[in-house]
Amino acid sequence: MSFPLLTATAVVPALGAVLTAAVPAARRSAAKWLALVFSLATLALAAVQLVRFDPGAEGPFQLTESHAWIKDFGVRYELGVDGIAVVLIALTALLIPFVILAGWHDADPLGTTSSRWRPTQGFFALILMVEAMVVISFEATDVFLFYIFFEAMLIPMYFLIGGFGDRAGERGEEETAAQRSYAAVKFLLYNLAGGLIMLAAVIGLYVVTADQLGTGTFSLQEIVQARADGQLDIATSTERALFLGFFFAFAVKAPLWPLHTWLPNAMGEATAPVAVLITAVVDKVGTFAMLRFCLQLFPEASKWATPVILVLALVSILYGALLAVGQRDIKRLVAYASISHFGFIILGIFAMTTQGQGGATLYMVNHGISTAALMLVAGFLISRRGSRLIADYGGVQKVAPVLAGTFLVGGLATLSLPGLAPFVSEFLVLTGTFSRYPVIGAIATFGIVLAALYVLVLYQRTMTGPVKESVRGMPDLRVRELVVVAPLIALLIFLGVYPKPVTEIVDPAVEHTMTQVDKVDPKPDVPLTDVEAAK
Amino acid sequence: MSHAASVHSLWTLAADPPREIPAPHIEYAQLAPTLIVLGGAVLGILVEAFLPRRARYHAQLLLSVVGLAAAFAAVVALAAGGHAGEKARIAAMGAVAVDGPALFLQGTILLVSLIAVFTFAERRLDPAAHGNRVDSFAAQGSAVPGGEAEQAAVKAGFTTTEVFPLALFAVGGMLVFPAANDLLTLFVALEVFSLPLYVLCALARRQRLLSQESAVKYFLLGAFSSAFLLFGVALLYGYAGTVTYSGIAEVVSGTTRTVDPALASTMGNDALLLIGGALVLMGLLFKVGAVPFHMWTPDVYQGAPTPVTGFMAAATKIAGFGALLRLLYVVLPGMRWDWRPVMWGVAIVTMLLGAIVAVTQTDVKRLLAYSSIAHAGFILAGVIAASPDGVSSVLFYLAAYSFVTLGAFSVVTLVRDAGGEATHLSKWAGLGRRSPLVAAVFAVFLLAFAGIPLTSGFAGKFAVFKAAAQGGAGTLVIVGVLSSAIAAFFYIRVIVLMFFSEPKADGPTVAVPSALTSTAIAVGVAVTVVLGVAPQYFLDLAGQAGTFVR
Repeated sequence: MSFPLLTATAVVPALGAVLTAAVPAARRSAAKWLALVFSLATLALAAVQLVRFDPGAEGPFQLTESHAWIKDFGVRYELGVDGIAVVLIALTALLIPFVILAGWHDADPLGTTSSRWRPTQGFFALILMVEAMVVISFEATDVFLFYIFFEAMLIPMYFLIGGFGDRAGERGEEETAAQRSYAAVKFLLYNLAGGLIMLAAVIGLYVVTADQLGTGTFSLQEIVQARADGQLDIATSTERALFLGFFFAFAVKAPLWPLHTWLPNAMGEATAPVAVLITAVVDKVGTFAMLRFCLQLFPEASKWATPVILVLALVSILYGALLAVGQRDIKRLVAYASISHFGFIILGIFAMTTQGQGGATLYMVNHGISTAALMLVAGFLISRRGSRLIADYGGVQKVAPVLAGTFLVGGLATLSLPGLAPFVSEFLVLTGTFSRYPVIGAIATFGIVLAALYVLVLYQRTMTGPVKESVRGMPDLRVRELVVVAPLIALLIFLGVYPKPVTEIVDPAVEHTMTQVDKVDPKPDVPLTDVEAAK
Repeated sequence: MSHAASVHSLWTLAADPPREIPAPHIEYAQLAPTLIVLGGAVLGILVEAFLPRRARYHAQLLLSVVGLAAAFAAVVALAAGGHAGEKARIAAMGAVAVDGPALFLQGTILLVSLIAVFTFAERRLDPAAHGNRVDSFAAQGSAVPGGEAEQAAVKAGFTTTEVFPLALFAVGGMLVFPAANDLLTLFVALEVFSLPLYVLCALARRQRLLSQESAVKYFLLGAFSSAFLLFGVALLYGYAGTVTYSGIAEVVSGTTRTVDPALASTMGNDALLLIGGALVLMGLLFKVGAVPFHMWTPDVYQGAPTPVTGFMAAATKIAGFGALLRLLYVVLPGMRWDWRPVMWGVAIVTMLLGAIVAVTQTDVKRLLAYSSIAHAGFILAGVIAASPDGVSSVLFYLAAYSFVTLGAFSVVTLVRDAGGEATHLSKWAGLGRRSPLVAAVFAVFLLAFAGIPLTSGFAGKFAVFKAAAQGGAGTLVIVGVLSSAIAAFFYIRVIVLMFFSEPKADGPTVAVPSALTSTAIAVGVAVTVVLGVAPQYFLDLAGQAGTFVR
């Protein structure tokens, strides 16, 4: 038996979480280093996955593992990665060390508290726990297995949002705590409700397979195979109901308008690293699951629902961007920008073109990196002044030029400036959409214009102009903070100029998904022969 | 059948000259679990009568633990000997069934009771009174609360060690209840386990008036439900001419051979069957706390001594659902189209009402009471499936749920202030800051109640919903999922309170328990996690135990 690489990638951070949580109260910094080491070990394993993954290989999944688990429920412990999953695992493993480093002092206890209260250990253990669960969700090819971790992930996430926040500024300790607890509960209830609706659909899927195949199964490959062979014939209305159950959960997680309202609260109240964890890591599971489960399990229903979903995605893009323009709070601004970006991702997925879906996957990666850069720098800025309000800043670039510079690069990436990574993916999503739905593609481009508005206005108000009294003497980025930001910016530039390493891995998987839904790219309107003749 | 016929002939043929009365044939080995427990209870009474006061506590504890463990061993031996499968028989002249579901439920009840006895015996939580370690029970049950006799009893260091034999009697009744194979045995078992519970409810050391009030409420409503049940039994006898389950089932399905001349005018009258069946169902639904027969639950759960509440919440539910399953699957399978719509309604109302009313609760014991109502609704969804899968999913759910419940109530006994247990939720604020471990353990139980994956609650919920969906009750699954979402809200609210609220200055302290309660809580956590992560073995066990003997 070969080395279970996929299991190991999930087990290492989980083990790290347990060990970190067990560190005694007095040895706080040991816990931090331990967590960092384990996150780096996970990154190494994710890198091994990337190397061992062969984009040209036959079959949908590689590095597969399969073991019996709960026979009565037809559940198997089945793991496997395709190009999309392997890239997103790499993104997750890459971001976590930066999240840990950026949050190095976020969970230091204030003053003297009970010797048994160990918030620091808890904070880093929870981050690693989330990582483990996200990784296994990306790897699971058994619907039930996926569902379990998709849901269980909420618990550590909930404690991260509710338990740790920015230092109370002018709002006072009590109100901050109340707001934070509200945000955490809202996050949990939205996602739990989505998950429970999905549970009904999961049970429905079991009943359908048990009825027709004799034994119920959750194996993605088995179900897809059985449908291809004609053994499994899901009635149209059933398929649509099941699709809606799955899609609802993923749309809450992603989040898609109008199920998005938990995100600004959660990202606003959580510390910047946790906000990155939410938007750059956990939410990706939602969009990823649309690609892997919604499209592959229910291709017909996906096509049926496409028009509505495209419109919702379009609303997300414009609504998120418009609200971002109107925000007075830096973190909530980034949250609304993320809603806009998730609209682009979902647009790309449901445009059902190779370019669109490839672009959407690339978008997930690039959005992860660019939001991480912008949000973490914003977090550094906020921690210096103790306020999230844009109005409290001004002229920072004169006092802290490096901070302002990195903030600008993060912002420019968010608005998809050519030369930075997000441009490539946004362009691909838009052309992919345009080739099938020209009107929707055209309207979606307004999202880019609005993005320029909210990012540049944010930069102008906080960084330029006369130096405000409150930011005078603000220290520039420290070494630890530079270590966090510099690699992210380097990656943004590298992938902006040369996205091929990622697209090469992703494209075969996207093509596979496209064949599952039985869609081919639309023919170009301008016949190629005419173009050649014109030359 | 032969038994009932012979009983019947005793009085229809009373005018005949006396004949030789046949000695009943009793399979003692197959009834061993019940006999051991009831024997232990009788011995416990002798201990109360003859042992000096000082020695009673240890003797009673030892007797209860050994008795329950021995009974559990007997259950395991019977199951290993094939009595759960091919050798499943009706024993004791048709009165008791020894089959898979019965043995599975008996085993679960015995384990739960064993753990519950540990919490009964806990003597470290209350501060010592006059140098004597005390448990959760009144010094002297008969003393007027706050009166001189009570003070004298406390001063003399009296403790109510009678709780151990009372608990054993209750367990004995619970063992028979799900195994009862005729309606009279069902009724007798019901009374045998209910009466000791009424007494136990009244024996709280603190807040005795509240405790006595709860006992009276429980007793009055319980007496009503017993009367309903008994009336139903009478009507069913009029309908079928017999009280055995298989006999009634034969009349229902129309395959019966003989018509009793004395009952010729009523036998086979469907009105009797419907009314009688409904009344018996009411009696059983009362015991499991299903809406609209749930009114007693919050008051009794709140007033009873917490160890008793935990025991009652876990074990009564197992016994009650066991009896309900047997009644519906053995006696009334032919009536499926009549009882299913009614049970649908009951299940839906129970799930929704339990979940919605729980949202407004401010006392942790009342909260858990309403949560137990909601869970009764979930279990009913499995009952309605009317398939072997449905039976085994209910068995699994009961096992999973009872350990979580017991663990949760054990944690409630730990959180105390000057007035005893601090059950008001506002006092739980910030518990996670002060005692992270206790709060984390309670959070695990709450997450299991909420059915979060990787806990036993999720596996159980999935099992019953799956069975319900396969049985064609898709709507029920949707309602169940929605009420789970509502229920999640209040479980989470408690977690928020424990972890994200600032502790109050005059907040309660967490008592350090002895090994007894610690064991109870540890077992609860272990079962919750194991059944959540690796449920297959136990699902197999429940699956093998899914067939009733007729």
